Amino acid sequence: MDAMKAVKILCPTGHLSFTPLEPDSFHRGCELAPDFIAADAGSCDMGPRPLGADQHVSLEAWQRQDLEYMLLASRRLGVPMIIGSASDTGTDRGVDQFVDLITDIAREHRLPPFKLAAIYSEVPVAELKRRLAAGRRIEGLDGRPDADTTTLERTHRAVAVMNAEPMRKALKSGADVVIAGRSSDCAIFAAPLLNAGFSPAISYYTGKLMECASFCAEPFMGKESIMGRVQGESVEVTAMHPGQRCTPASIASHAMYERTNPLREYVAGGYVDMTDCRYEQVDPKTTRASGARFVTDPVVKVKIEGAGMVGQRRLAIVGIRDPYTIGLIDKAIAWGRGKLEERFGPAGESYQCFFHVYGRDAVMGALEPSPPRQPHELCIVVEALHRDAKRAEEICALGARNLFYARLPEVKGTAGAAAMMSDEILIGEPGYEWTLNHVIPVGDPLELFRFRYHRVDANAREEVTS
Amino acid sequence: MSATLRELASTIRSKNAGVDHITFDIIFRSRENFERVRDAGVITRDTMAALYRVEPSRITHFVVYEPGNAIKFTIRRSRPSGSPGETDVFGSQQYAPLFDIAVP
Repeated sequence: MDAMKAVKILCPTGHLSFTPLEPDSFHRGCELAPDFIAADAGSCDMGPRPLGADQHVSLEAWQRQDLEYMLLASRRLGVPMIIGSASDTGTDRGVDQFVDLITDIAREHRLPPFKLAAIYSEVPVAELKRRLAAGRRIEGLDGRPDADTTTLERTHRAVAVMNAEPMRKALKSGADVVIAGRSSDCAIFAAPLLNAGFSPAISYYTGKLMECASFCAEPFMGKESIMGRVQGESVEVTAMHPGQRCTPASIASHAMYERTNPLREYVAGGYVDMTDCRYEQVDPKTTRASGARFVTDPVVKVKIEGAGMVGQRRLAIVGIRDPYTIGLIDKAIAWGRGKLEERFGPAGESYQCFFHVYGRDAVMGALEPSPPRQPHELCIVVEALHRDAKRAEEICALGARNLFYARLPEVKGTAGAAAMMSDEILIGEPGYEWTLNHVIPVGDPLELFRFRYHRVDANAREEVTS
Repeated sequence: MSATLRELASTIRSKNAGVDHITFDIIFRSRENFERVRDAGVITRDTMAALYRVEPSRITHFVVYEPGNAIKFTIRRSRPSGSPGETDVFGSQQYAPLFDIAVP
């Protein structure tokens, strides 16, 4: 294995187009002749709405610009480009949108013909229902119960999270550009490495270290490129920005980012065990990491992410300055809740209404250890949800205005207990919830994914069979 | 002499770990500071549960991460990120109460 040729992967951004990538360090990386250019374009960090509503949160102008930098470099250097979790959520819409953008960019720049593979990862809720009806388990992750028909009824859209296998297949077919639906971040980097003959351990581990681009370097900077050079069972990660360096501390601390267990990285089919990993500085900007192991699961379980709409959402903003009302704010809110219940019944059945008390504990809620006893002023955001928009508006208005009319003993300011920033009720986007954070067992890691191949040239995009 | 965690750690952060958890990282640049905090017993599953006023069982992971000179723990959210009623979609503003922890 040590005799095997080293493979270099350039990663320009940790979440393509969430904000635009920085071109200087990317071009510097391109000068070092990478074998692959790869980036993750999605996340479940932004909450359930983008998936549930099937919308992207990255601006299309930035998506286009980031894809353009990558595509032009990939075609100029003649190396494949791999994008995972297209358009934030990795739904079929996201994959199609990126395929269209790539086609458009190719046309604009009159690029020579290339092969594009699109991998779709959306799973129809009906398909999940079929599996459940056939007695197959949809197993809850992170302490969630297994999904039942009620869980699926609440789900409007779901994606399966692929490991490296679908992207490996696309690359093996000769694809120059791979646009994948929802993917494990590390799989985007593991796919070309596995195809080159590297072990699952170093392949997925490299992906884990590289997936957030410059976040693994110091000092803190986003959207700057990094290069990973994989040889044998180790990877050397180098910061491409002149002011950044990869150090054992920065790489090790990144390995623990955004996961519950800093020593394990899970993908469909197993996990990377980082218990015995070692980090050494090899030059001022580069750290070598090694020592990962891969533990294979006996059954491949693919993660399913699902989101569903809870209701239409309306918001109101109310300020309070009267120290007496502030001291009794919980009583004022309770009185307002009582009025809502008189009119609409108990909260939680047909509607929800939240009072976020900014200036006291809105940010942390029940986790707040030291809410101030007597804040100077409060901002209360009233958030109401109902499946009917008009009713949501009514609930929100009543919740907000009853802070104004709150009946508290000995109130001196009888002209109103609250300041309305404006009397309008703000129209929120519908509220969504994560309904599925589950896994389903599969016989084949390709089972839930669909492939389309295109020959793209400056004049046309033509679907090809494989 | 006693110091605060804010003075000893180089990074104190919170962030989503999936949609159901918020994970907290306390990272030290100096091995000496890391060992001082690690051995002081002020950051444990129980002290963190008390600080954040949750049952210890809601601290689903507590790890002393030697290779990273770091201590890491994870709290299960009361509802998934971004649900109606949630106010910290990224889980990124839950670390502030750690700053003032006194370390002997």
